[in-house]
Amino acid sequence: MATHQAGTALNRDEQGAFHTRHIGPRPADLPGMLKAVGAASLDALMAEIIPADIRLGKSLDLPPAETEHEYHRRLRTLAAKNQIFRSYIGLGYHDTVTPAVVLRNVFENPGWYTPYTPYQAEIAQGRLESLLNFQTMVRELTGMDVANASLLDEATAAAEAMTLLKRVHKNTDAHTFVVAGPVFPQTRAVIETRALPLGIALEFHESTDGAYGPHVFGVYTQSPDDHGQLHDLTAMIARAHAAGVLVAVGTDLLSLAIVTPPGEMGADVVVGSAQRFGVPLGYGGPHAAFFATRDAFVRQAPGRIIGVSVDAKGRRAYRMALQTREQHIRREKATSNICTAQALLANMAAFYSVFHGPEGLKAIAARLHEQAIRVSAAVSGLGWRQTNTAYFDSIRFVGEPAQATAVRREAEAHRINFRYPAPGVVQVALDETVNEHDLQDIVAIFATVARAENATLASAGGVRGILPARLQRTSTYLTHPVFNRHRSETDLMRYIRHLERKDLGLDTAMIPLGSCTMKLNAAAEMLPVSWPEFSRLHPFAPVEQAAGYRQIFDELESALREITGFAAVSLQPNSGAQGEFAGLLVIGAYHAARGEGHRRVVLIPQSAHGTNPASATMAGLTVVIVECDDHGNIRVDDLRKKAAAHAKELSCLMVTYPSTHGVFEARIRDICAIVHEHDGQVYMDGANLNAHVGLTSPATIGADVCHMNLHKTFAIPHGGGGPGMGPIAVAAHLAPFLPGHPVTTPGAHASSLTVSAAPWGSASILLISYGYIRMLGAKGMTMATQYAMLNANYLKARLEPHYPVLYAGANGRVAHELIFDLRPFKQAGAAIVDESDVAKRLMDYGFHAPTVSFPVPGTLMVEPTESEPLEELDRFCAAMIAIRKEIQAVREGAVDGHDNVLKNAPHTAEDVTADAWPHAYSREAAAYPVHGLRAQKFWPAVGRIDNPYGDRNLMCSCPPIEDYDVPS
Amino acid sequence: MYPADLKYTKDHEWVRVDGAEAVVGITDYAQKALGDVVFLDLPAVGKTVKQGDVFGTIESVKAVSELFSPLSGEVIAVNGDLANHPEVVNAKPHDTWMIRVRVASPADLNALLDAAQYSALVK
Repeated sequence: MATHQAGTALNRDEQGAFHTRHIGPRPADLPGMLKAVGAASLDALMAEIIPADIRLGKSLDLPPAETEHEYHRRLRTLAAKNQIFRSYIGLGYHDTVTPAVVLRNVFENPGWYTPYTPYQAEIAQGRLESLLNFQTMVRELTGMDVANASLLDEATAAAEAMTLLKRVHKNTDAHTFVVAGPVFPQTRAVIETRALPLGIALEFHESTDGAYGPHVFGVYTQSPDDHGQLHDLTAMIARAHAAGVLVAVGTDLLSLAIVTPPGEMGADVVVGSAQRFGVPLGYGGPHAAFFATRDAFVRQAPGRIIGVSVDAKGRRAYRMALQTREQHIRREKATSNICTAQALLANMAAFYSVFHGPEGLKAIAARLHEQAIRVSAAVSGLGWRQTNTAYFDSIRFVGEPAQATAVRREAEAHRINFRYPAPGVVQVALDETVNEHDLQDIVAIFATVARAENATLASAGGVRGILPARLQRTSTYLTHPVFNRHRSETDLMRYIRHLERKDLGLDTAMIPLGSCTMKLNAAAEMLPVSWPEFSRLHPFAPVEQAAGYRQIFDELESALREITGFAAVSLQPNSGAQGEFAGLLVIGAYHAARGEGHRRVVLIPQSAHGTNPASATMAGLTVVIVECDDHGNIRVDDLRKKAAAHAKELSCLMVTYPSTHGVFEARIRDICAIVHEHDGQVYMDGANLNAHVGLTSPATIGADVCHMNLHKTFAIPHGGGGPGMGPIAVAAHLAPFLPGHPVTTPGAHASSLTVSAAPWGSASILLISYGYIRMLGAKGMTMATQYAMLNANYLKARLEPHYPVLYAGANGRVAHELIFDLRPFKQAGAAIVDESDVAKRLMDYGFHAPTVSFPVPGTLMVEPTESEPLEELDRFCAAMIAIRKEIQAVREGAVDGHDNVLKNAPHTAEDVTADAWPHAYSREAAAYPVHGLRAQKFWPAVGRIDNPYGDRNLMCSCPPIEDYDVPS
Repeated sequence: MYPADLKYTKDHEWVRVDGAEAVVGITDYAQKALGDVVFLDLPAVGKTVKQGDVFGTIESVKAVSELFSPLSGEVIAVNGDLANHPEVVNAKPHDTWMIRVRVASPADLNALLDAAQYSALVK
């Protein structure tokens, strides 16, 4: 199509402008692309796509765009405003040493951070294997049967444990959940926030000694607890089980290297954070929480679970198992609304274990324990009472309030943070970065306050462990070869690369997943995440030590207010789904404050993403489905009827805009007005915000609240299945109800609702979106929106002659994504060629499949984003057109209905080079169907995976070693 | 295609009456729509089910569906083989029973479809 010219002329102002790097098509490509789509100009195209009544009348008022270099220069000055004290605060967050080989080859490597969630398992075997390592590590350290592939944070995991125990408890009339003993304040706050809308009553017991009546279904307790005290829970759990009560335990993963794990004490669920396994503090995240349970409860477990299956040739292959639990299938009956795992961070934690192995972990844990004993003895000798009788690495000193105040003053003068949970109390949590010097400094502070000349710190190696025998771990763990084989860096580097090469990320090809917005994650946006001023800050450090972060949050919130048109922003939600939940709670709190807490009906269109009904259920709302018409638009008459029928109980409408079908519905303002007429609120799902920025806005269409998937529109990478961020923006009347936090108040508006463990969620990756906004500026972001829609309409123009396009707006235009209908290629009810055949065949052409069967079964949804260059769009078109010919050959009977390139896709290198080639078509047709593949070919690691086999023969940890033995 | 000795629901379950007892399964149409069945969640023996109520769920790789009881009664047996071999639901849908029920009210059958009516429904 359009010819590509080298050396595109840029005017001098544009030289170095970031938008020329972020946006794929070159200025010289524009005329040809506009001609292909039949539009006179970009502006004319936008006018045909976006209804006139919702266009922004002005450009966004944002700070001017910076070049990459200017941005980094200014960011250095903000970084310098963050003060990195040595942190002994604990509270579930500990400084850690990220092995350099993991930092460079995983955390900072686009091969690991740009892929999507591994739905297309054949081209995701690397991270699936690593996530299976994570599950195996968690399972064995906790002593449980099965672990999932991570959750958002420890507090969320604890709340998910509560809801799992509620689901599996036999007595459906038991509605009380007990939180026993000291637990982290943020965990308690998230449990409270999650329990309330579900009608779960909470009881808080001072210790685990209490009795549990028949109204209690479950208990949550922590060991080590909030004070650092370890507990032998064996008797308590037995007592609870005898009373029919189930028990979830929060724990410290590193402690389990030397401490008896909760699984061996009988726990039903074990949760915690894997942060201290080499994942930087990042002022709160992103980190991987873990969730482990018994085999009996696995079908009720939240989140992703990786399992083992086989491919078409019987080779071992990994995949996501038991997806029917998830919200995209089970909707309001899903086990959780959570889509996002924390895959990148779970993988880092898994590699940390691969790096250290069981002996290494044990040595680190033993050293920390010994250091804690030495500090305990030394400070106790200075008149403080150390109150923990059994502890791992966290100790609690009780003295006079004046003394504690003096310790704080002295510590801060030496740039050291302890935790001061109550007057007269100082808590010290050690971590693996601590050396002899640090220990002496800690003791010296207490000695100075006590005016003692010499404090005696016992010499290293001179102390004995103080764990009671029953708390000393005797069982082995991480015995699998993967945790014992990669000790040299050469070997580990090659193992990481070996896995990475199996996965298709944005570093290889376009990932045209509709609704997922797989745009560029620019290196300039990513780099600062590793800067120590951002990565080593503890989330509960005093706020005055985080002035750089505060300024970035303020500027980011201000930009997001301008982009959405709303009055206030909360950066707390850690994923889009958590944003939905938070937004619905905000709406609920608003109604309640007006004395209308009975408004509990939410209207959700048929076309909605499954997360919407799942979040609504979690927020205690009743879902009423609104019908869509044949064009995929909301049926306004049905909405009007249902809004009126539920007028008294109407809480809100949840609407995705542009719709999940990729269309700007023309009547959106009418739709919002109808809901407002009945005093309902409008929640806009921001999944498709990439089609708004600079051209329209959630406030302009008439919404009251929206979430923003920063990992879609604002360039945070998908990490191979997380992290993500889902801040919410709200109109002024909802601002007082935005989430707060029990430890650090996140802003002017802060209620008692807490949805994440950390006040600003995964704070360190907010930098990525901040950089995106500051480097693109108003003009660059608006151009990004325009090019996202140009690219989508270009694909429509080129591919519509070959595939029917399911929906379009009034002028025959799509927004930023479009749906190709493959249902016409199914014949007589039996699928001759179906959407998954095309998805798998695209792998042979070197592409990740578009979104399969969402939002319409039997279709593919394609979203190219603005970042894909014209050449890549054309390469994709060539693949799709060639596949269309392959489909035609099957339909016409020219090739066998079962033995053809589509049904046997994807083809591995092993398959096409084997001596035996039993197929009717050629090897060349299998592997090199278009000429361009000769220059660059991505080989799927395995053939098509047998999904039913995996779900019928569930295996969620590393297969036994004999399965790895390869016949020689 | 659809055996004449069975009665059918509009939700694609079948029931085979055997004196005072009856066995329940899902139809060929239902198993095709679900795809490869991987798991069934069935009630405990002794539970009482009502006509039209959910008595369990059936999962394939891609979908999950509720199972509705064609008639009222007490569950007196559950097909334990399905725990290990859920795929027989795909292979032999009309010969694979899920629960056996002691029929509370034979009149329930009058509300169900016969083979001809059901065939017309799914045509």
